[in-house]
Amino acid sequence: MRDAISVARGVSWRVLHTFFTNKAFLLPSVAFPLFFFTAFVGGLSRITQVPGFDFPTGYTAFQFVFVLLQSAAFAGVFTGFGIARDFETGFMRRLMLAAPNRSGILLGYVFSAIVRWATVAAVVTIVALLAQMKIGGSGVDLFGLYTLALLLNLAGALWAAGVAMRLRSQQAAPVMQMPVFLLLFFAPVYVPLSLLQGWIHGVASVNPITALLEAGRGFISGRPELTLAAFAIAAGLILGFAAWAFRGLRRAEAAG
Amino acid sequence: MEPPRENSIEAHGLVREFKKGPRAVDGIDLRVDPGEIYGFLGPNGAGKSTTVHMLTTLLPPTAGTATVAGYDVVKEGAKVRKAIGAALQEAALDPFLTGREHLRLQTTMHGITGEERRERSDELLTRVGLTEAADRKVKGYSGGMKRRLDLALALVHRPRILFLDEPTTGLDVQSRTALWVEVGRLAKEEGVTVFLTTQYLEEADVLADRVGIIDHGRIVAEGTPEKLKADIACSTVEAVPANPDQRGAVLSVLERFGEQTTGYGPSSIAVQLTSSNGNLADIVRALDAEGVVLSQLQIHEPTLDDVFLAKTGRHLEGAGGEEEEEETEQELEPARV
Amino acid sequence: MTVARPPLAPALAQTTALGKRAVVRTARQPANIVFPLIFPMLLLAVNAGGLKAETQLPGFPTDSFLAFALAVPFVQGALLATINANVEFARDIQTGFLNRLALTPVRGIVLLFGQLGGLMTIAVVQAIFYLAVGLAFGVRLQSGVGGALMLLLLETCIALAFASLGSWAALRTGSTEAVQGLFPVFFVFLFLSSMNIPRNLIQADWFRWVATINPVSYLIEAVRALVITGWDWETIGLGFAVAAGLSIVGFALATHALWNRLERT
Repeated sequence: MRDAISVARGVSWRVLHTFFTNKAFLLPSVAFPLFFFTAFVGGLSRITQVPGFDFPTGYTAFQFVFVLLQSAAFAGVFTGFGIARDFETGFMRRLMLAAPNRSGILLGYVFSAIVRWATVAAVVTIVALLAQMKIGGSGVDLFGLYTLALLLNLAGALWAAGVAMRLRSQQAAPVMQMPVFLLLFFAPVYVPLSLLQGWIHGVASVNPITALLEAGRGFISGRPELTLAAFAIAAGLILGFAAWAFRGLRRAEAAG
Repeated sequence: MEPPRENSIEAHGLVREFKKGPRAVDGIDLRVDPGEIYGFLGPNGAGKSTTVHMLTTLLPPTAGTATVAGYDVVKEGAKVRKAIGAALQEAALDPFLTGREHLRLQTTMHGITGEERRERSDELLTRVGLTEAADRKVKGYSGGMKRRLDLALALVHRPRILFLDEPTTGLDVQSRTALWVEVGRLAKEEGVTVFLTTQYLEEADVLADRVGIIDHGRIVAEGTPEKLKADIACSTVEAVPANPDQRGAVLSVLERFGEQTTGYGPSSIAVQLTSSNGNLADIVRALDAEGVVLSQLQIHEPTLDDVFLAKTGRHLEGAGGEEEEEETEQELEPARV
Repeated sequence: MTVARPPLAPALAQTTALGKRAVVRTARQPANIVFPLIFPMLLLAVNAGGLKAETQLPGFPTDSFLAFALAVPFVQGALLATINANVEFARDIQTGFLNRLALTPVRGIVLLFGQLGGLMTIAVVQAIFYLAVGLAFGVRLQSGVGGALMLLLLETCIALAFASLGSWAALRTGSTEAVQGLFPVFFVFLFLSSMNIPRNLIQADWFRWVATINPVSYLIEAVRALVITGWDWETIGLGFAVAAGLSIVGFALATHALWNRLERT
């Protein structure tokens, strides 16, 4: 265990050092969530006038939850990009050779995904507060919201890591990204679930992300709902993708 | 006044200075005669490719003049390009096109159309041995196949002058030899003038009629390989003492015959003989007189690397791996004290 | 001494050959075909379903959000295709393929024409696909068959605008990463436009102002007019004018970058 932790520390230090010292990585990670937040809130705020749109804390808070969860998921996916890049450049082989406990490599990447997201979340939160976002929930509710996002970040990182370990090429990027994108956008992104119509309502109803989104919006508005379901789904995603990622690591080891 | 020579290359005081950078080419004068294979030899970063880029009109010179095929490279760039073919350092192929599609594109760029295009493509594919692979995408080609296609593309419009920038770097021995054969044939049978840059001594030695050795942007020596080596005139003696404690004694004996040099094995002592008359028998007698015991004694004939060393004070990079040494191995009874 | 210029016919043949190469190269990379076709359709499906409620807003110009949103893939698809193709153009510079072409008698401007022509062809093929999908899902062009042809012409102009700006980036930087980095920049312009809501219904003043000065809004609105309004010549004309303006600026920048890139004498 101690070996795994020391390996994880080394790996995460490197990833985070690269992330924070390279504008090419840092700026898009921060800019894109902010950009979506701005575009959705600025462009679509009138949609709250649609009959049946009932969200007590306003459209800014409504979209903040989506952007927070989206940034969490994608911070995890971007970590997978880094793993794929390391395979392609041969650096992963160096890590595998040096690490006494290779599980630490995976743990290191996942830990760095958390730190990456925490940075982005802090910036997005500050901007949302500056945009006079209303918060109806208590401290406990907000803790619940950020915990949900953290769990989604972990799930995203483990999913992407598993893909990267198996495909070991940057060509895997669309495989990592597209399912996450689809899951996020086939959810009540712009309006509550009750206002979705047609096929998208059916899809969103069974989409696990919907529960996380609705629970998150419940937290921020002070009207928690679907809390248990959301955490259960998040836990299930993490357990499932953890197995996926660790088995991927074993496959990568076997491939040499 | 002498009329421009059709297949020649001339440069006078050619200079290329990059913005905020070094002078990559620092005053080059050269002349390549029609039908000649001129080898431009030098280490990485010496200025070979920059010189080629100027002579092929891809880069304007900062100073100096050059004519290729009788045309000024600055004022008559389009005419120069019509007269030359070039296979540059990067194979520069599109991985998603087939060999035949590359030839189709190249012939179209040169205004060759219709039946002539098809015939020329087929002829070149046969000549470079790519007929079977012609309709496969280049991304599936080996390094040698890519280089051969590169050569075929350079020959599409029957140029009078051919520039080859390190054409065999990274190729296996077989592919390299095949390319040499084709280049030699082009020069000898078709009278094509070839300007060839290389960092491989063997390539320059075997292929070139004349060699120009470039270092830090300047030509430091020029002539036929034989003449350049003869000017150095000195062989190198390499000795390995049986007892490492006798290294000092061996060195002091050998230094009577020449100057110590480097670039041989870690346990070797090498001396470049200063007189062509210094022969092995004299050296053996001298070593014997000192009571030195040797495990190995060799004489190496001069190479282009020795020429480079004599002119620049250092070895050409990669000379150790690529040289074909003419050596005389003499296994002797160890001299007794 | 003047240099004789090649006659027109070879220049046309050269342009066609280079344009064909751009098309073939895209066609042989499935990711470069599938993504620009599928991703805009996915986004259309998501937005058409997710924002359907918007049609209930007073003053919304149509009952069908799908018809409203169909304009977006035309702009988005042109953007994706030209980014991909210009990444390949930058790769040509990195690998030395551009030098290979520069060593032939081809004129520099023909290199650019060929690249742009190929990209415009790709964009038109994509546009036909988007139109077919829209029609299959029940969208009817208010401008009729003539409108469909006008739409394809407009798409050609939009593609030319993005393609020339992308070519400028490729020639200026010679870097695939730099050209790929344009994608988020263009994406920002796309999102900060009247992509998801008519400009007059945007509630936030600052966003409405940004959408008004954003040239992409006029491209989308021109395509949208052909779909949901009919022959609104003012809107359509504005779209063409913006596309033309962007094309002129992009082409001028690309030409200048080409002369600098091709230092050949």
